[in-house]
Formats: sequence, C-alpha cells, structure tokens
Amino acid sequence: MDYEPVIGLEVHIQLLTSSKLFCGCSTQFGAPPNSQTCAICLGLPGVLPVVNRRAVEYGMRLALATGCRILPECSFSRKNYFYPDLPKGYQITQYEKPLAKDGGLEICLDGGRKKRVRIERIQLEEDAGKSLHLEEGPTGGETFIDLNRCGIPLLEVVSYPDMRSPEEARIYLETLRQLVQWLEISDGDLEKGSFRCDVNVSLRPRGATKLGTRTEAKNLNSFKGVERTLRFEISRQHALLRSGKGVRQETLQWDARAQAALPARKKEEAYDYRYFPEPDLVHLQIGKKWIEQIRESLPELPSQRRERFMNQYGLRADDVRILVSTRQLADYYEGCLRLYNRPKIVANWIIRELLRELNQRRWGPEEFKVRPSDLVGLFRLIDQGVISERIAKEVFAQMVETGEKPKRIVEERGMVQVQDEREISSAIGEVLREEKENLAKYRAGKIGLFHYFVGQVMKKTRGKANPQLVNRVLKEKLGD
Amino acid sequence: MKLHLLPAHSLLALLGRGEVSAEEVVSSFLHRVEEVEGDLNAFITLFSQDSLTQAREVDKLRAKGERVGRLAGVPIAIKDNICVQGKRMTCGSRMLSNFVPPYDATVVRRLKEEGAIIIGKTNMDEFAMGSSNENSFFGPVKNPFDSQRVSGGSSGGSAAAVSAGEAPMALGSDTGGSVRLPASFCGVVGLKPTYGLVSRFGLVAFASSLDQIGVLTRDVEDCALLLEVIAGYDPQDSTSIDQHLPDLVLEMKKGIKGLRVGLPEEYFSPEVDPQVKEAVLRAVNQLTLEGVEVERVNLPHTTSAIATYYIIADAEASSNLARYDGARYGYRAQGTRVLLDMYSRTRNEGFGDEVKRRIMLGTYVLSSGYYDAYYLQAQKARTLIRKDFEEAFCRCDLLVTPTSPTPAFKLGEKMDDPLLMYLSDSFTVPANLAGLPSLSIPCGMTREGLPIGMQIIGPPLGESQILGLASIYEQVASKGRDGL
Repeated sequence: MDYEPVIGLEVHIQLLTSSKLFCGCSTQFGAPPNSQTCAICLGLPGVLPVVNRRAVEYGMRLALATGCRILPECSFSRKNYFYPDLPKGYQITQYEKPLAKDGGLEICLDGGRKKRVRIERIQLEEDAGKSLHLEEGPTGGETFIDLNRCGIPLLEVVSYPDMRSPEEARIYLETLRQLVQWLEISDGDLEKGSFRCDVNVSLRPRGATKLGTRTEAKNLNSFKGVERTLRFEISRQHALLRSGKGVRQETLQWDARAQAALPARKKEEAYDYRYFPEPDLVHLQIGKKWIEQIRESLPELPSQRRERFMNQYGLRADDVRILVSTRQLADYYEGCLRLYNRPKIVANWIIRELLRELNQRRWGPEEFKVRPSDLVGLFRLIDQGVISERIAKEVFAQMVETGEKPKRIVEERGMVQVQDEREISSAIGEVLREEKENLAKYRAGKIGLFHYFVGQVMKKTRGKANPQLVNRVLKEKLGD
Repeated sequence: MKLHLLPAHSLLALLGRGEVSAEEVVSSFLHRVEEVEGDLNAFITLFSQDSLTQAREVDKLRAKGERVGRLAGVPIAIKDNICVQGKRMTCGSRMLSNFVPPYDATVVRRLKEEGAIIIGKTNMDEFAMGSSNENSFFGPVKNPFDSQRVSGGSSGGSAAAVSAGEAPMALGSDTGGSVRLPASFCGVVGLKPTYGLVSRFGLVAFASSLDQIGVLTRDVEDCALLLEVIAGYDPQDSTSIDQHLPDLVLEMKKGIKGLRVGLPEEYFSPEVDPQVKEAVLRAVNQLTLEGVEVERVNLPHTTSAIATYYIIADAEASSNLARYDGARYGYRAQGTRVLLDMYSRTRNEGFGDEVKRRIMLGTYVLSSGYYDAYYLQAQKARTLIRKDFEEAFCRCDLLVTPTSPTPAFKLGEKMDDPLLMYLSDSFTVPANLAGLPSLSIPCGMTREGLPIGMQIIGPPLGESQILGLASIYEQVASKGRDGL
C-alpha cells in the first residue's frame, strides 16, 4: 500500500522583548548565570506575575500576520511538573483560551507551487531555566541551573497536520522563521534556542482521511534535524506498517550516536500536567481598538512585498524570493531604488555582487556598512563612464571591506577609466607592434583575434581603458 | 495606664498629644509579650530590639515636629506568611524555617510608610492550612481565654496577640475563615476584605483565588484605620481592584437607619451551638432597636460550600506549594543522591500531615480523568454560591450570621477527625468563595467564658457598610455592658 506522511509542527519562538513575561528582569542573552533573576522569576514565596503587554503585542503581531483570529478574551493556565529549572513547579502557559486561533501560513514549495499550512493556535507562555548536567564530578553527576532564561516570553505556534513531507515541514519552518524576524518579534536564532520545534508525524494510506497513530519528537533546534528526524521516522513507521505491526504512540528523541530517533525515557510520557486556570492572573481582554492599533503598526508582509516587487518592478520570481528573504535586504533594495530608479540593474547588482561579497565573508546585515547612497554613487560612476563595470566590482569589494565612498576609492587608487583617445591609441599601437605574428594571421582572415587584441589593450591599461573606445579605435587602426 | 489594653486609635491620640512616647508604647507591649507569651505561643519571631529602635526614631521625628505617618509608633504583629524584608518568614512550617525574604509585601511597605512598628511575626497553621492553629511546626497557639482551648486558625497567633494585649493590631490572612474564625474564638474584631481590595503581593500563596490579607484589631475603628492603610490598587497584583476607596472611618459613622439585614436560614441550623445562636440573635435584636430592618433569606447552596472550598483551595495549594522542593531555598533533606529522592524526602520531612493531606487531595482533583468530576464541578458550585449571595443582596444590604458554629474547642479535640475540623469553617468559606467582605465581631460570651463571634457579610466593596453596622453594634454592646 502507498502511504503518505502527515506532519504537524509546534514551534516555540522566543520573543525579543527587553523584559521577561511576568517580571522586569532583562532577557539579554549570554549574561553570567542567574544574574538576570528576581524574586518573581525565582518563584520565591509570595510573589505574583504581571503580564508584559509588549509580549502580548508581539503575539498579536504574529497572529495578525498569519490571519489568526485574536480572541477578545484569553486566559492563562498552569502546567504543573517538577523540575529544578522550573522554580515555581509549574509553567504559566495558555490552555483553554489562547491568544489567537485559526490562521495559516502560505509556503512556497520548490518549483513555485504554493501551499497553505493552517495554524491551529498561537499562545503565550514562559520559558523554563536551563539545566547543565555534568557527567563527572566529586559526587558522580552534578547539575547546574541557570535561571536567566526562566520567564522569557515564548510564543507557541501550533500548526494543523497539513504537511506531507519533511521538505514541506522545513519550508514551513523557514517561512515562519522569516516571518517572525520580519515582524521583529524574535531573532529566530536557532543556535541560541530562540526557535525550537516539536514535530509529530503519522502515516496513512494515500487518499485516506483518517489519521494514523502519531509519534512525536521534541525540542529540535535545527531545520536539518527536523528533516532528518522526520525522514527517519517516516521510514521507520513505513516498515512497521508494511510488516503489519502497528505504530505505537510515543515520544522520540534523536540520538546522535545511534543516528536514529529512539524512544524518550518513559518517565517523560507519564506526566499528567494537571492544567488548571492560573488564579494569579485575570483574563486578558483584547479589544478591537488595541487590535487595530497593532494592525496599523504591522510592516508590509513578505508575501505582500514579493507580490508587489513582481508587479511594480517586473522582477522574476526567483530574484524576488532572494530580495525579500529578509526585511533588511528588501528595504535596502528599495532604499537604492529611491535614489536610482532602475529596478533590474539594482536587483542584479544586489543579487550577484552584494550577496556574493556578504556570503564570502559570512557577514550578516549588521556588518554590512555600504549605504544605499554609496551603492547608487557607484552606479553613477559607471553611467558617467568614469569606471567600467569590471572596475566597479573591484571598487565595490573595497567599499564592502572599508566602508569608504566609491568616488574616493576610485580616485585614491587611480582606477579612473582612461577616456583619452590618444592614450588608448598609443596603447593599441604598442600592442600591434608587439603582436606582429598575430596581426599577420588577423590580416589573413583570422578575425577572431580582434577580441584578443582588445584583451591585450585592456591588460596594458590595467583594465582602465574604456572598452567601447578601445573597440572603435582598434577597428579604425585595423582599417575595417 | 495599661497601654497594652488600648486600641491603636487611642494610642495614636496619646502619641499625638505627646502624653506618651512611642518607646513607652512599644515597651509596654513588649513587656506584655514577656508576661503572657509563655502561655500563648502567639509569636514565632519577635523583633524587640528593632522595634524599640524604630520607636525612638518615631519619637525623634515627632519631637522635631516633622510629619509622621498615620500609624507612627503603633506596634503591629504580622502573620508569618507575609514577607518582611530581611526577617525570617516560616509560614509555620519546617520547610521555610530558615527562609528570609529579600523583599517587603506591599501591605508591609504601606505599614512602614505610615510609621507602624512591626514587633514580630505571629504563629499560624502551617501554610495557613487549619482551623485551630494546631498545625504549626512551632506548636499550637493557646486561647487567651482558656489555655486548654485552641485560638482558632489559621491566623491564631495574630488573634491571640491582639486579644491578650501583645499588640494592638495585627495582620492575618483569610482563605476560608482564617482571620474571622480565630477573631471570634479570641474575642477580637477580624475583617476579611473584598477579594482584590488588598494586594496579595508578598503573601505566601495558599489558594490564590481565595486568599486575602485581613486585619485583626481590638475595635471596629482600628479595623477601619488599618484597612485604609493597607488597601488599594497594586500594579504588582493583577487581581487587585483598581478603584478608589472611600474614607472608611468617615463612611462607617454615617449611621444605619433603614439598613436591611438578612439572616440566612442555613447559618442558624440545628448543628449550631445554642449559646452561639442565642448570642447572635440577641445582637440582631439589639440592632433592630437601632433602626435596622431584619429579614430571613436563603442561601441554598451553603451546604455545598465546604466541599467546594476544599476542592478549589487544595487544587490551588497543590500547585502553589510545588515550589518547595529543596532545590533553591528552604529545607532540604540531607544525604539524597537522586533528584526524585531529594524531592520526596524534602517534602516528606519538610511538610506536616495536614499540608501533605491537602497537597494529595488537590493533586487528585486536578488529575486527568478526575478534573471534570471534581475541580470543574467545584467551579460550577462556586458560581452557584456566588449567585446565592447576589440574589440575597438584592433583598438586603448585609447578612448577619454566627462566625463559627461553636466557640473555641479543646486542644486536640478535632485533630483526629479532619472532616469535623473542616466543618468549623462552614460559615466562613462561602464569603471567600464569593470574594465578599466579611467581618467577625465579638457578641458576648458563653457560660464557660468563651467569646462568641458574629459575622457580617457584605456585597463586593461593602466594607464601609459592614464597618458601619459593626461600629453601631459595638456602641450598643458596650452601653449594655456599662449598664450591668
């Protein structure tokens, strides 16, 4: 029988608020352990939580950007379990009434096909601390606890089981990550754990509507990991179903040593979280006015921008996808266009030259210092014939490296294009004198050598000669 | 003059006129503590030196003619589940027997701002779970009227301290009657405010949706005064009410002519001790002579209140007390090697029987498969109980009932029968479930010489009316006594 995988994802997204979800502690990453804690996030006796409005607004942003319905009233619940990095013995999360429900995210599959993955709910919750287990120590294993992360706001985004392949799952994650970065509500940094993912997967006969028994893998923190785990799990379930054995509902964990997803410890499955409404927090009312306020503050979304770039600037879909891969890049592109309205030339330059320079250096947008006005300055130098396009690429590399203005680089390094006809003419004369044999061959009909002569002239002028001029004068000299 | 027998407002008058110094006032109470504490066991921790130092500072300020707070120089006792920065706070438990909070509860900050002098932390049932104050790691509090009897709980230390003149006023906490019950057993005034009127920030949570800090005083005026100081919106408590409070001391003197008082039939059932019933009805009678109109009302869901209360309170408690695991602060069992072992031994050794019983009960009612049958059902019953009150308050302004079915019982009498113990709270828990303000005021004595308490329940934010009625009754009762 032919089986199809059914995949659903739960993503935990750390929000970029400056303070925690229920207290005023800083959320800065990388501070000394336990330095960003207070009585409240330490769960000392007697403290009470107060909801961070900014975190709610960040959640509302994502809700609106994914077309979710923001509930007029949402509530918090307690999820109870014992763990040393959970100081209160419960996590404050949302359960009965989440922040938002029923939206979706459009993803672009390879080959340009589009697909909508439905989002079931978006909810706010607090993160737990971090445990660091050392295998060895004076008493055997030792565990250290860092509670800096404890209480940092998370958004949990739960999708419907709408994905049908590991690739779709990865593309969904990439799209969601791009969106939260675009909305500036999360840095989406996988390595810092700002974007973590739980996957669940089941198989069913193709065409069937009933879902099969699913398994779950928690806390995956790379897209590769998600794809790898899903691939493994799909083939494992396949084998089970083919051989007539059923799939058992269980939680799996990727084991790097075994290169396999193995069942997690039984203990973790046996939890009964005893959810109940958080009595320390009143229900949160979100009125129309607040929603409209947030809606108005939303930037143009990636999908809208892609659409507009294609229509307004006549760009190809592939190019648009690259230009709209981050908000900074798209803004940069349009920043250039405002000064230099030739969309295709600017797009090409950014995609070919700018990104190449950045990738070579493994730089992010923070390190890139060339302002749109400087890049446009470079274009103008080309247009004015001051430098050739080839020289411009060298100049640009210098601009990226040093942040200097193009004109200054050109002047300082003597990169100005040779426009003087006499200078070019004398260079051509020299070349023809040196290339007597080739000249004879050319005269004998091997006209392909023309380009060779041009190349030699360029070489002699160290690339600075105006190529059009070289062409014309050379033709004259050869008597064509 | 026996300063320790005076209410705070009288002390403040003397202090204001310079007839006594704050140092004399504090010394007088500390002296009284030395005299009676051996019998009572009302305090867990005393701050004798600190409070004398603070008293001298208040005296200096007054001498310089500087502005002082509304409670400047008045000693106050604080239940040991309310945080005072830098002072040990035990919650009556071994679990926190060495815990020192690094911050002040909002109510404590407000008291300090008004110049009150915190003389110590009072004994209580462990984590405020109990009706008799016998569940304290630090031993039971004895009733000042009869040392063979309980003080009532869980704010027994605070009630006994005020009753015996160890402090003129005290703070307690009331989750199901823990201020009012000991107030009635010890013959003092005790008020549990409307849920949300007083910030819970810094009160160690037992059952968050029911807990409310309350006041225990010698008379009604002090009750109003102290409530005014501690009440009011606190941005650190999301459940606190953001509303301006009227001047209670002024409001309560407005008179009660035409006030309609309801007597809920369910609170005068045959199980109520006849002497208690008689005393309360006699008090109501006296009030009718002052122009109060009385009518019978019904609160039909009263019988479900105890079951409802113990499900909700214990469910919340099981979660609120999860943080005491030995990992970060408080008691930790020695010599454990595995995490689970550390948890179970710490909690087994650190908590007393009653606390463990309630954690187990609360865990059970929240467990999957039982949640709907217990917790959800209890929430529905809670709504019905609240509606009972709403309907009653359409017909009358205030409700009057006995505070407790019986006067103070003997030490040990109910310790082996938790259910019987729980029934002591039958008349107090409904106000917590409905979030209503409720006050207990002494209304006579039994033939054995034990105080009897009358409870006045009001609608949400009905504190001034409650205090008004209580104040009139206080005057009437004292006239009667003077007449004898």
